[in-house]
Amino acid sequence: MADRIPTSDGTLIPEKKARDIFSAWKIAFFGAIGLLIFLPIYSPDPFARILLFLPDGILRTFQVTVFSILLALVIGLVAGLGRISRVRIVNRIATVYVEVIRGIPLLVQIFYIYYALGRIVKIPDIASAIIAMAVCYGAYLAEIIRAGIQSVPKGQMEAALALGFSRRKAMQHIILPQTIKITLPPIGNEFIALLKDSSLVSILAVSDLLRRGREFASRTFEYFETLTIVALVYLVLTLFFSWIVGKMEERLSRDVR
Amino acid sequence: MSDNAKIRIENATKVFDVYIREDEENAGNKGKVRHVKKTKLSAVKGVTLTVQKGEVVLVIGPSGSGKSTLLRCINRLENLTSGTIWVDDMCVTDPKVDIRRVREEVGMVFQSFNLFPHVNALRNIALAPVVVKGAEKKLANEKARELLKRVGLADKENSYPAQLSGGQQQRVAIARALAMDPHVMLFDEPTSALDPEMIKEVLDVMLSLADEGMTMFVVSHEMGFAKAAAKRVIFMDDGEIVEEGTPDSIFNNPAKERTQRFLKHIL
Repeated sequence: MADRIPTSDGTLIPEKKARDIFSAWKIAFFGAIGLLIFLPIYSPDPFARILLFLPDGILRTFQVTVFSILLALVIGLVAGLGRISRVRIVNRIATVYVEVIRGIPLLVQIFYIYYALGRIVKIPDIASAIIAMAVCYGAYLAEIIRAGIQSVPKGQMEAALALGFSRRKAMQHIILPQTIKITLPPIGNEFIALLKDSSLVSILAVSDLLRRGREFASRTFEYFETLTIVALVYLVLTLFFSWIVGKMEERLSRDVR
Repeated sequence: MSDNAKIRIENATKVFDVYIREDEENAGNKGKVRHVKKTKLSAVKGVTLTVQKGEVVLVIGPSGSGKSTLLRCINRLENLTSGTIWVDDMCVTDPKVDIRRVREEVGMVFQSFNLFPHVNALRNIALAPVVVKGAEKKLANEKARELLKRVGLADKENSYPAQLSGGQQQRVAIARALAMDPHVMLFDEPTSALDPEMIKEVLDVMLSLADEGMTMFVVSHEMGFAKAAAKRVIFMDDGEIVEEGTPDSIFNNPAKERTQRFLKHIL
């Protein structure tokens, strides 16, 4: 192996080789998978037991993540459209929502919505956790969607209007379909961030991956071993999804449309 | 006014608000006070003109002369500051008018084509009839195919805009506007973004349109097109009509000194 990476003088970041066998991603991903296979075999006593205890939690983490991102997408679309609305009140409400939510830590929001909701209606813990996550991530998605809409050239709306489209129909048939392509990769990144942040709901009696791990550890006092496995599982999940997002980006940049 | 008038523009003016940011030394406080100065820019200054049914009018003039702004006011992509514009019997400048009806009657072609990049050529053409007029999809597609044939792109119906050359894109854009069965077509510098070799294929389509008796309002410097199709050429400068007449009289014998100076540059 060469002692330095050959780059031209103009390159700030070494170029990515097309088939890099030892890419950082591969080291992390297959390293984590390797450890998850190797550890239980090498020392089945705590590790195999831990791994068998966790699947429920993984499922719950998935559930929270998927439902949260779906609900957040709905909220984000509404708020994102509100942010570019020409109706002043709608615009203000959407902007205040985004500013307020982005200014409060997610953990505080989760507690707050959980207890606030608990006073009004009786809903399962997992539902209030999902709502809290969605309300928070909706604000971030709203900004992504707003930026996506605004990145569509002005001529597109003009062409649609000149053909007799109403603004609403132009949005629906011309602007938003183009926005989806632009925003898909950043939305994928938010999905990954949400997957990680979903560990916060473990404080709300939702048996997600982290909470299952802590339940196991508090019984066996094998904190170090348990959290190692929990961290590795999170790592595999997020790296897997970032691979998908990367593929998505690659396809979109290759796409002629 | 004759009954044959398609577009009537009366005393149209358009003033844009322009914001200029300037830093000013503040004497009392050390440091700079940034403030934004609002000024007015008159793009169109009292233009009156009429386009008859079936007439082809070409507007020429230097950049910033207000010709594109005037064109964009006809289908209200810009709002006039004062004055009135009529298309048929619809007053475009009346806030109560159903502007979408006006826009269905007035087709527009842009300098930068503005095709919808996410759908193929056929869908680009058929989308508006389906969404705006509620046409049946099958019929709209058939009509779109006919239009593609008419602009010489019958084999390109499945191509996406990015796969087409500039000239091909502009021809699809013309077909897209024609799909709404407009009575009037507006062309905003349709060939300015094209390579010289592609200009002809677009002008040929425009010429055939003119032959069929389409009312056309064209902002362009294409003199060949003007001589072949235009009945009238209007020279605008600084928001006003300086001179108008037949292509022959404007291009060969301009009366005003300003027109002569301009033509010297584009000839």
